[in-house]
Amino acid sequence: MMNVLVFVGINTILAVALNLLLGYAGQISLGHAAFFGLGAYISGVLTVTYGLNSWISMFIAATATGILAFILGFPILKLKGHYLAMATLGFGIIVYIVFNETVALTGGPSGLSGIPNLGIASLTFDSDIKNYYLVWLFALISIFLSLNLADSRIGRALRAIHDSEVAARGMGVNVRLLKVQIFALSALLSAVAGSLYAHTMTFISPASFGFNFSVELVTMVIIGGLGSIYGSFLGAALLTLLPEILRAFQDYDIIVYGLLLILMTMFMPGGLVRGVPGILLSLRPARKQGREY
Amino acid sequence: MNLSQQVIQYILSGLTTGSIYSLIGLGFAIIFNSTGIINFAQGEFVMLGGMLTFFFITVVKLPLLVAILFAILISTLVGVTFERLAIRPLRKATPLNLVIITIGASILIRGLAMMIWGKDTHSLPMFSGNDPIFVSGATILPQHLWILGITLLVIIINKLYFYHSISGKAMRACSYNRSAASLVGIDVKRMVFFSFAISSAMGSVAGIIAAPLTMTSYDVGIMLGLKGFCAAIIGGMSSGMGTVLGGILLGVLESLGAGLISSGYKDAIAFIILLLILFIRPQGIFRKAETERV
Amino acid sequence: MLRLEGITKIFGGLTALENVSFSIKKGEITGIIGPNGAGKTTLFNIISGIYGITFGDIFLDGEKISRFSPEKLALRGLVRTFQNIELFSQMTVLENVMVGLHTKSKSGIFSCAFKLPCHLKEERLIREKALSLLEFNGIADVADMIAANLPFGKGRLLEIARAMALDPSIILMDEPAAGLNNRETAKLAEIILQLKKSGVTVVLVEHDMELVMEICDSLVVLDLGRMLATGTPLEIQENQAVITAYLGQE
Repeated sequence: MMNVLVFVGINTILAVALNLLLGYAGQISLGHAAFFGLGAYISGVLTVTYGLNSWISMFIAATATGILAFILGFPILKLKGHYLAMATLGFGIIVYIVFNETVALTGGPSGLSGIPNLGIASLTFDSDIKNYYLVWLFALISIFLSLNLADSRIGRALRAIHDSEVAARGMGVNVRLLKVQIFALSALLSAVAGSLYAHTMTFISPASFGFNFSVELVTMVIIGGLGSIYGSFLGAALLTLLPEILRAFQDYDIIVYGLLLILMTMFMPGGLVRGVPGILLSLRPARKQGREY
Repeated sequence: MNLSQQVIQYILSGLTTGSIYSLIGLGFAIIFNSTGIINFAQGEFVMLGGMLTFFFITVVKLPLLVAILFAILISTLVGVTFERLAIRPLRKATPLNLVIITIGASILIRGLAMMIWGKDTHSLPMFSGNDPIFVSGATILPQHLWILGITLLVIIINKLYFYHSISGKAMRACSYNRSAASLVGIDVKRMVFFSFAISSAMGSVAGIIAAPLTMTSYDVGIMLGLKGFCAAIIGGMSSGMGTVLGGILLGVLESLGAGLISSGYKDAIAFIILLLILFIRPQGIFRKAETERV
Repeated sequence: MLRLEGITKIFGGLTALENVSFSIKKGEITGIIGPNGAGKTTLFNIISGIYGITFGDIFLDGEKISRFSPEKLALRGLVRTFQNIELFSQMTVLENVMVGLHTKSKSGIFSCAFKLPCHLKEERLIREKALSLLEFNGIADVADMIAANLPFGKGRLLEIARAMALDPSIILMDEPAAGLNNRETAKLAEIILQLKKSGVTVVLVEHDMELVMEICDSLVVLDLGRMLATGTPLEIQENQAVITAYLGQE
């Protein structure tokens, strides 16, 4: 169970990161698993092959992925809607294939093993319980930073882009640069999650970073609730725990999973964060009106 | 084989895979144009086509042609059922939510296929023998000709339907302007229903003609669906020649790249081409020709 | 202040504007009028950098701004409002105005994410400034309402408040009185005259002739993409070509 909670933590970081891009700026990415994978592989290769310190590797992985996303962001974020979806998807698949094909570097489809744990002085994060605390420390920091960002001039400008790009530009918001910056930040956070994943699992293989996982991340954000940081946590928790619960269905789990996805989107279009607490929902407008008049 | 013979060979096989991508891409474009939805379940109809034909031939022991007809029919039924149950009730949903629903449907259909037919890979018999035909040094299988021929036929029917039948014209009207179409009395809901029927039928045809060459299993729909999506994007999401050319361009370049550079990177090559095209011409390369014609 | 020289805009084969030239004086209220389809909104879209220009040039205080992007123009003090109000619909009224103050603040991603003291101070100033703008426009009572839920008239006023947040030297307003009732129109006229008093140049496209004649210092008349006349409201009212264009339209 601890093991699963570690995954919930990692997926929370990823969902929060993607939500900044998708929920706030309104820009879709169907290739975020690639940034997660880049974080994991850069960290893994630097420690295993080059014997670098784990923390330093994590730092390099995050920075390098962030810079790559920044450069890539300029041509990619010029695209809109389904063209953007397709381009990010394509990028994700290319990276996935590179993980598989550069066998000498990544170990190819059979994966990269023996990645060292993270550690501070004599403390090594080598058990599920220790990793649980480590990962959740990072997850809480991500949530904290994202909440701050959302509630600032940057967060407002992002939401403005989402609502009306033309009006946002008219307000002097440098839409293009801001989109690219948030894309890079989102990729950087995803790479941190990837690095954490590599150092807690000590084994990585391309299968964890494919198209399906990119889709799963988008699903977490939408099911949780677009533009809600807490929603991302709920979405990540639900979609990570669900397969564990569905294990009772054995081979049928994928069917139940697909069905739940459809039904939840149909009946809770605003996501868990707006759909589940029906009580909250009915309270909120009432309170708002009270303030207005 | 010398280099030029090899190149001819690659182009020939690229043409056939390209045809398949075109058919799948057309399915994407038709649904997109009538509803604005990117149907991520499109690839699953390709899978259904192949798997159902296999099922009818080996389990039910039907003759090939009958099996094919049944496969197309059932795939189409699945397509329209999906539209009825999950798309029609949600007319006001955001595009993103609709995308998630189609992703959910694709997972569901794939899961059901796995449950019914297992995880094994199956192959279909060639439509007419395995004896290769030699064309100026390159070899080509009768199945290649079947693929090219049937694709051509489907494209012609598609064209005739969209330009010479009332419901086809109504569908084009919907794709230009949905609200205006409904104002002149076109039943937009019906057109959406039709677009799902046509797309799923086309997808299954693609799956059926490709299966004898490429094998089929419960999960072939993912990559084929994405390649079809690529074709449609390159073609500027047109439900006509743009997407067909997009698919063929993709197939040929991918085949040349895989043959001359590295087969491991075959799928990567397809997506690199896609990215380059999107970066240089974000609206797709065949978009211009389309709008001028209209 | 703002000078247009031979502006021509061709869409595909259609000429939307042909050789339009005029100047707008600093501190004046200029009205752009003309029958439907005259090219008024197209002209606004060109001046505000949303459309590119086919031929011709635009100068703002002597600087050529023909190819400037909307965000660059906003930094130069040129802002606009939209015919079908473009609010940030999912944000609160106050937040809408705070976005207008985006260029007046400069905390980066880092200081925002860590809530550094300089960011917090800036945030407080922005909030106060935004509130005072809402008060000026008489909509401070709905500050916490989601913009999408605003009645239309208040939406207009919000859009103007948001534009004012940029501290502009020139505001373009696209049919600001459309959809407003008499009381709201009166409030609008008052705001526009206030803007003029504080030295802001105002350009408006407007169909409400009563309002136009009442507040404008000079008028530009467009018809079928061409400039028909310029002058004071009185001159325009007596201009034979203008009368024919309007009556011919009816």
